Amino acid sequence: MWLSYLLIGSVRALLGATPRWLGSDPGPAQRIYFANHTSHIDTIALWSALPPDLRAKTRPVAAADYWGSSALKRYIAVNGLNAVLIDRKRADPDADPLAPLYGALEHGQSLIIFPEGTRQAQRLPGPFKSGLYHLAEHFPDVELIPVYLDNLHRSLPKGTFFPVPLICTVRFGAPLPRIAGEDKSAFLERARNVVIGLAQ
Amino acid sequence: MNPTQKLAWLIGGVALLLVVASLIGRILRSRVKDASAAAVVDNLNARVRAWWSMVAIFAAAFLLGRNATIAMFALISFFALREFLTLAPTKAGDHRAMSLAFFVIIPVQYVLIATSWYGLFSIFIPVYGFLLLPSLSALAHDTENFLERSAKIQWGVMIAIYCISYLPALLLLDIPGYAGQNPLLMFYLILVVQMSDVLQYVFGKLFGKTKIAPVVSPSKTVEGFVGGGLSATLIGAAMWWITPFTPLQSAGMALIIVLMGFMGGLVLSAVKRSLGAKDWGAMIKGHGGVMDRMDSVSFAAPIFFHATRYFFT
Repeated sequence: MWLSYLLIGSVRALLGATPRWLGSDPGPAQRIYFANHTSHIDTIALWSALPPDLRAKTRPVAAADYWGSSALKRYIAVNGLNAVLIDRKRADPDADPLAPLYGALEHGQSLIIFPEGTRQAQRLPGPFKSGLYHLAEHFPDVELIPVYLDNLHRSLPKGTFFPVPLICTVRFGAPLPRIAGEDKSAFLERARNVVIGLAQ
Repeated sequence: MNPTQKLAWLIGGVALLLVVASLIGRILRSRVKDASAAAVVDNLNARVRAWWSMVAIFAAAFLLGRNATIAMFALISFFALREFLTLAPTKAGDHRAMSLAFFVIIPVQYVLIATSWYGLFSIFIPVYGFLLLPSLSALAHDTENFLERSAKIQWGVMIAIYCISYLPALLLLDIPGYAGQNPLLMFYLILVVQMSDVLQYVFGKLFGKTKIAPVVSPSKTVEGFVGGGLSATLIGAAMWWITPFTPLQSAGMALIIVLMGFMGGLVLSAVKRSLGAKDWGAMIKGHGGVMDRMDSVSFAAPIFFHATRYFFT
C-alpha cells in the first residue's frame, strides 16, 4: 500500500525509528507488542521498526473515537496502517470492546497495543488499563513483547502538530513470562515495570 | 586546467589515497592475531569504508556544482542538529523553538549563502536566531531550567548550522585573481582538517604515550597531536597551488586549521561527555555520528573563512 510506504518513509527520514532488539528477536511467533504511548507517531514508529514480513501480519490497535472521527483519519488508520479500531468510549455497554482484537488474534495476526489507553506527557508510562490482561488470558500462547519508544515524547508532545526531528529508538524487550494465578493488578504492574526497565 | 578539472584530479588523488588505505587495512587484518588488535583494525577498516562513501558524496556534490554543494551542507547541518538535540535534554515547551531551528533557520541560512547575501548570512543566527529562539520558548510559559534549555538549543544551532555553514560560505569570498576557483578552497579546508584528524589518530595509535586530556578525550595524545598536526600542516603547505596563498602563507593557514580543528574535537568531546554519551550517533559506521566527523570542521571553518576574508580580499 503506497500510503504505508509514505508514512514509514517520512517517519524514518525524520526520526530514524531504529529498532533495538534487547532480549527478543524479530521472529515469526505470534505476538502482542505493548508499548508506552506519548505521541501520535508511536504507532507508525513501532510499525516501521518491524521487518517488512512481520509488519505485514502485525496490526496496530487504534481508538475508534480518534482515528474514526474523520474520513481522512479513518483512511490513514485502516488503509495506511491496517489498524484494528476499538471503541474506547463503549458506545454499546453490552458489547466487549476487545472483541475485534480477539478476532484478529484468532486469525493469527500480531497486535500493537498501548495499554495506557491515552498519550502521556512524560517519558515513563502511567498505569496500564486492563485490556492487556484480558488478551493475555484469552491467548496464553501469544508472546507478550514489551516495547519502549524513546524520545517520541520530545519529538511530538501532546498538543503539538508537527514532529521535531529527533532520533527515536524502538526498544524491544524479552517476552513477558506468564505467572499462573497472578491477579490482574499485579500482572499489569509487572508489565508496566518491564516497559519502564527498557527506558533505562 | 580549469578549476573543475583540477577538482576532478584532486578527488582522484583522494580516491588513490583510499585505495592505499584499504590495501593496508587488508594486509593488517590478515596479520593480526590477538582479539584487541583485531578490533582496532576492524574499526580502522570500517572507518576507511565510511570514508569511501563520504568522499563519494562530497565528490558528487562538488562536481554537480554550487547549489548541490550548498544543499549537501544544509543536509549535514540537519543531521548534525538532530544528533545534538537528541542528546541535549529539552522539554515540551521547546518544541516551537526546535521547529524554528530545523525548518526555518537551516533553510534560511543556506539560501542566504546561495543568494550570496553575506551581510545577513553572518548575523542571521547570532542576532536574529539568538533573540527569537528563547522568545518562542518563553511563550510556552515553562520556566523550569529555562536558561539551560535555551542555552542548549543556542549551542546546537551555532555549531550545527552557523559554524558548519561557513564551509559552503567559502564560495562567497571574492579573492582577487582567484575568481571561479573557490570550490578548491573548500576542498583545501576539508582536506587539511580531515587529514589532521586521520594523521593524529594514526600517530597516536603508533607512538601515543602522553595523554593530553584523558578525561575529555582519552584517544588524544601529545605524540599524535604533534605528529599528525605537523604532517597536516605540511600537506596544507604542499597544496598551496590550489589556494590563493603562497607556500608559506598556506602553511600558516593549515596550522590555523589544525589548531582550531583540535580545539573543536576537544570541546565537542567535552560537550558530548557532559551529555553522557560516547558518540554523537551511529550514522557513519566506525566513526559514530555526523557530529563526530564534523566537530573539528565546525571550529576550523569560521576562523579559516574570516582569516582568508581579512587578509586576502
